[in-house]
Amino acid sequence: MEKIFQKLSLASATLVFVILLGIFFTLFNSSKLAIDEFGFDFITNPDWNKEVVIDSSSIIENESDEIIDEDEILFDEDDEEAETSTIYGGLVPIVGTLLTTLIALTFALPIAMGIAVFLAEIAPQNISHVVGVAIELLAAIPSIIFGMWGLYYFAPIVADIVGGYQVSLLTAGLVLGVMILPFMAAITRDSMNTTPGVLKESAYALGATKFEVIKDIIFPYSRTGIIGSIILALGRALGETMAVAFLIGSIFVLPTAINSPTISIPVAMANNFGEASGVGESALFYLALILFIISFAVISIAKFYFLKKAN
Amino acid sequence: MRLLVNKIFLVLSVLSAMIGLAFLAWILITLFIKGLGSFHFKLFLNDLIDGGLRNLIVGQFILAGLAAFIGIPLGMAAGIYIQEYGRGKYANLIRDLSDIMMSAPSIVIGAFVYAVIVVPTGGTSGFAGAIALAIMMIPVVINTTDNMLSLVPRELREAGIALGASKYRVILDIVIKAAKVGIMTGILLAFARIIGETAPLLFTSETSNYFSLDLTESFPSLTVSIYDLANEPEESSRDLAWAASFILTLLVLVINLTGRFFTRNKD
Repeated sequence: MEKIFQKLSLASATLVFVILLGIFFTLFNSSKLAIDEFGFDFITNPDWNKEVVIDSSSIIENESDEIIDEDEILFDEDDEEAETSTIYGGLVPIVGTLLTTLIALTFALPIAMGIAVFLAEIAPQNISHVVGVAIELLAAIPSIIFGMWGLYYFAPIVADIVGGYQVSLLTAGLVLGVMILPFMAAITRDSMNTTPGVLKESAYALGATKFEVIKDIIFPYSRTGIIGSIILALGRALGETMAVAFLIGSIFVLPTAINSPTISIPVAMANNFGEASGVGESALFYLALILFIISFAVISIAKFYFLKKAN
Repeated sequence: MRLLVNKIFLVLSVLSAMIGLAFLAWILITLFIKGLGSFHFKLFLNDLIDGGLRNLIVGQFILAGLAAFIGIPLGMAAGIYIQEYGRGKYANLIRDLSDIMMSAPSIVIGAFVYAVIVVPTGGTSGFAGAIALAIMMIPVVINTTDNMLSLVPRELREAGIALGASKYRVILDIVIKAAKVGIMTGILLAFARIIGETAPLLFTSETSNYFSLDLTESFPSLTVSIYDLANEPEESSRDLAWAASFILTLLVLVINLTGRFFTRNKD
């Protein structure tokens, strides 16, 4: 019995390993078609689902390769029997993902730091507790709610101020920022709380103001932990689907301005997966693989470098 | 001057906290007004096909419940392994990988389940959706179990061993019992998280307009239907989406607060 129990727990632990490897190999395997056809040029090619005439030497069957998207009429449907091939490039969603994350981070970072400082150092214990729970509740709200609220209530206000479309890189990034804000604030607060009281008290005893204690004692002490928290929040923003899906506009066009619509990797997957097949589906898996690798790398850096050091 | 800088800094910090709270209030008030405006008790009696939400709410609970049924034992067993059996490099590796898995994009997990379950079985199904949610839940349960077991004092384990209990008995009867409240809280928070998930369900369970208990077919999902409804042009669909969002958020927050309440009672 003892042996069985031990083996079972070992098997469950190994399952984590198996699932992660499984995700990687499955994504790789499913995107093979697209990788073979487009190679690394996929990353730099801005054309998604574009029909091009190819020379007769390499004819590829592609009757069912087209993704039909209501928002997008990129190609004319002329039924000529010309030898065409559909090209998929991932540049637009990749750029969209990175830019929305960047906007979210720029917006959330200062506010999250402010909240963390407030919770860790300024507010009296009972207020800090109540506000802390409220902030964590904000983090618990499902992402689809952020999307709906963002689209119908937040985006119109932003568009009024900045101009441009209601669905855009900017509004998607800002709503994403609101979403990662509580997460970032909560873990930054936890990092700050690791600063030993003795250090702070010594500084206060020397006549330092609160600002100086935070700037010269707490920040240097918990710096690696804070950076780790920020990167972790960044990892979360990269893969967020629903909040962005409502707001980014979902068109495969490179954004020309901060308030123009585009698309991100998770949204491209969410909107097109159902109708895709063949190379089109494989290209979506290719995007998923890229997203998985990016977020794996980002989270690993946060976990293994910064947060390990902080402990 | 130093004092002025200090003052400005403190004001900015308090302001940030107020901005954070304002967003929470804004979202909740919006949900309350829009949701309650289209709320009706008939929503609980009719299925989506008749303009109600009954099948979706039941479906979402079944999906999340099944995911918890799969994910909790596996996650707890893995957490027990990390904390009680393996103390070497392998346990640390699993701990790190589980942390990474916890932050993996949920849509990627959906795509994974699509490739390994939906494609081979020939279509979307409730099982596929539940498994996608279980994969999201496992690392959270591992993390909680791992943390909570590490808080149980060594002496308790030694006392059990000294009484002649075998190791697994000590773990099940003493260690887990001692960490019960903490683990329960973690599990409730994890459950609150997966019940509000949309992205992993989009192409695994999809959703259905009809009441269904058949897990081998497309399965009704509240979150996926909210996404569909919100994108429809008719005002009535969007009203229904708001009502559904209101119910969903209420559910998630109640489960979340229940979890917190448990831990608080312990202190």
